[in-house]
Amino acid sequence: MNPLLNVGGISKFYGHRIGCKDVSFDLYPGEVMGIVGESGSGKSTLLNCLAGHLAPDTGAVNFDTRVDGMRDTVTMSEPERRMLSRTDWAFVHQHARDGLRMNVSAGGNVGERLMAVGARHYGEIRDQATDWLGRVEINADRVDDRPTAFSGGMQQRLQIARNLVTGPRLVFMDEPTGGLDVSVQARLLDLLRGLVREMNLSAIIVTHDLAVVRLLADRLMVMKDGHVVETGLTDQVLDDPQHGYTQLLVSSVLQV
Amino acid sequence: MISIENVSKSFTLHNQGAATIPVMDGASLQVAPGECVALVGQSGSGKSTLMRMIYGNYLAAAGRIMIDDVDVASAAPREILQLRRYTLGYVSQFLRVVPRVPTVEVVADPLLATGAERGAALARAQVLLENLNIPERLWALSPTTFSGGEQQRVNIARGFAYNYPALLLDEPTASLDGKNREVVMAMIEEAKARGAAIIGIFHDEAARDRVCDREIDVTGFTPKAAA
Amino acid sequence: MSDYNFAYLDEQTKRMIRRAILKGLAIPGYQVPFASREMPMPYGWGTGGVQVSAAVLTPEDTFKVIDQGADDTTNAVSIRRFFEKTADVAVTEATAEASVIQTRHRIPEQDLRADQILVYQVPIPEPLRFLEPSEVETRKMHALEEYGLMHVKLYEDISQHGAIATSYAYPVKVEGRYVMDPSPIPKFDNPKLNMAGIQLFGAGREQRIYAVPPYTDVVSLDFEDYPFEASKADHACDLCGATDSYLDELIVDDSGKRMFMCSDTDYCCSRRKAGHIGAQGVPYAEDAA
Repeated sequence: MNPLLNVGGISKFYGHRIGCKDVSFDLYPGEVMGIVGESGSGKSTLLNCLAGHLAPDTGAVNFDTRVDGMRDTVTMSEPERRMLSRTDWAFVHQHARDGLRMNVSAGGNVGERLMAVGARHYGEIRDQATDWLGRVEINADRVDDRPTAFSGGMQQRLQIARNLVTGPRLVFMDEPTGGLDVSVQARLLDLLRGLVREMNLSAIIVTHDLAVVRLLADRLMVMKDGHVVETGLTDQVLDDPQHGYTQLLVSSVLQV
Repeated sequence: MISIENVSKSFTLHNQGAATIPVMDGASLQVAPGECVALVGQSGSGKSTLMRMIYGNYLAAAGRIMIDDVDVASAAPREILQLRRYTLGYVSQFLRVVPRVPTVEVVADPLLATGAERGAALARAQVLLENLNIPERLWALSPTTFSGGEQQRVNIARGFAYNYPALLLDEPTASLDGKNREVVMAMIEEAKARGAAIIGIFHDEAARDRVCDREIDVTGFTPKAAA
Repeated sequence: MSDYNFAYLDEQTKRMIRRAILKGLAIPGYQVPFASREMPMPYGWGTGGVQVSAAVLTPEDTFKVIDQGADDTTNAVSIRRFFEKTADVAVTEATAEASVIQTRHRIPEQDLRADQILVYQVPIPEPLRFLEPSEVETRKMHALEEYGLMHVKLYEDISQHGAIATSYAYPVKVEGRYVMDPSPIPKFDNPKLNMAGIQLFGAGREQRIYAVPPYTDVVSLDFEDYPFEASKADHACDLCGATDSYLDELIVDDSGKRMFMCSDTDYCCSRRKAGHIGAQGVPYAEDAA
């Protein structure tokens, strides 16, 4: 089996400061990788470099495209990269309002990606949007409501529906459960887990919440000061951390 | 089926003066298909540590841990995940689940992960839950609120849902009453009969004597107090 | 007259605007930035259109100005007088006689010819503006032909109103490439954007000029199951009886009595002169006010 994503030597500097330094890994189809670390550890910088939101200073992000096989998304043309981010890629923001159009109805939000790739049949777009609302547990009768009328958890679920409607193969998630109530988090995690399996999605999840990665991620990458300090199977890294920083991180989690 | 050669393990506590605690050295053992081996030794002698290393949950410092043809000690995460999905089952002492997921789904989950048809997977889960005397009214609820004994039985049902060729059992009969204990013993015997290689930790001596073919005393793997 | 350069603007400015116009004609539907000048009228009164007209007018031209189809509104009259004064060009109210027509919110009913230029006053040239506030982003969307968002707007219309309720400034795709705001003309006029004349669009405040060359393919955006419809009031003109023209609705007395009449005053008058009479009309009389 070939990797879906092959990342080699990604570095990003902010002047003299390190954003992230020399990060390399492979991600296989259906695999979920978590990136953990404290604020400022470079995990969001890395995610943004991978997703094409930031241009890395060095390195390659090779993605197994449907048509041409492995392509470096860092050096590919901007139209190609933007096309990729509308079709095979998805990005779930921490704050739903960064990932949603707040002045457009739920149906329009979900339908946008379909229309962006050429769907021109209103009835079919609406049917698909309604179907996706159902899959993220939003009632069909809310299809014409704007996200401003939704709760935080619903907005986040709407953002997920909007992202997954075109059947992407790789999803980037930046603190997907951040800022949500614990009970809402649980529901969201359950939903994400089901969708990941059902759609055989590959995902990269950035979070500082170790409970989130334990439930969602197959593998873990621990970052500190822009460097990857430890990688491995999620439960192994959490239960038998090797690096001092990881040990500190794991032992700092409050028990309930 | 399971072959462990010269495995060692130590913990380095970086945040406590980088203290290194050797916990295991030269551990070796073999388990054939259809065989059940008990790990024995006093509390703290490393039974659970060894078991966790076999499952890939703890990282072995040296040696080889072969399950089929995969060396857990050196395999990539996705190889270990593949192994856990199709080959190696583990019944731990604690149930760890996603909140809100119904019990029947928790039990069917390992089958669904192998691509089993949903209806068949749920049917198998229901049979297991029924055999283990979990009342049907609880099946649709999340097991997070269950009693310790109920959680343990859900955990066992989950561990036995898929017919793994290799099984690790950590105290499967602890906190079970006589009736349920009997059910679990029968399940272990059934697994042996179909050819599963099993490694178990049993404090319950009667249970151990009944299902285990051999005992391995892990005290023998304790590092010699050289220092 | 001698106090002003011909058509008010200095020659350098006109050259700059003509370059923008030529570029616009070369890339149909593309918004060309230009250095809009201060004009002796406020923004929103047609400063963009006036600058474009000033740049294309020659002393031999005949100039016509319409506002919402009418030649006799304040805006139309003042712009017409402005060019009478600064360019000393001939003016007319007859569509067929004009060589340059400046318009706000309408396309004349009568088909334009290849020797005519239609200049539109445009308030907001960016069709994506209400959905995407960032200019950087909208430019990128045009450059990369990412127009899915335009359909989101139409989707919203249907989901809220059961039909595409956008009735003016209805977005079009020009020559299969750029999505363009045709200025706030009623969508009834959209089919007329495929014409023999040259169409120039000027947005003074927003500093953009764009153009549609003669015989360019202009398609109104729609959905397969909600096709574009060039709608108008389902009525005939009460003055001239025309059934094919865009109508204004007027409430004529305190009891709410309504009357429909052609918004294109020249078209209506021509028909009445030719003897057509509508339901509430009277025969045309030259001296009738």
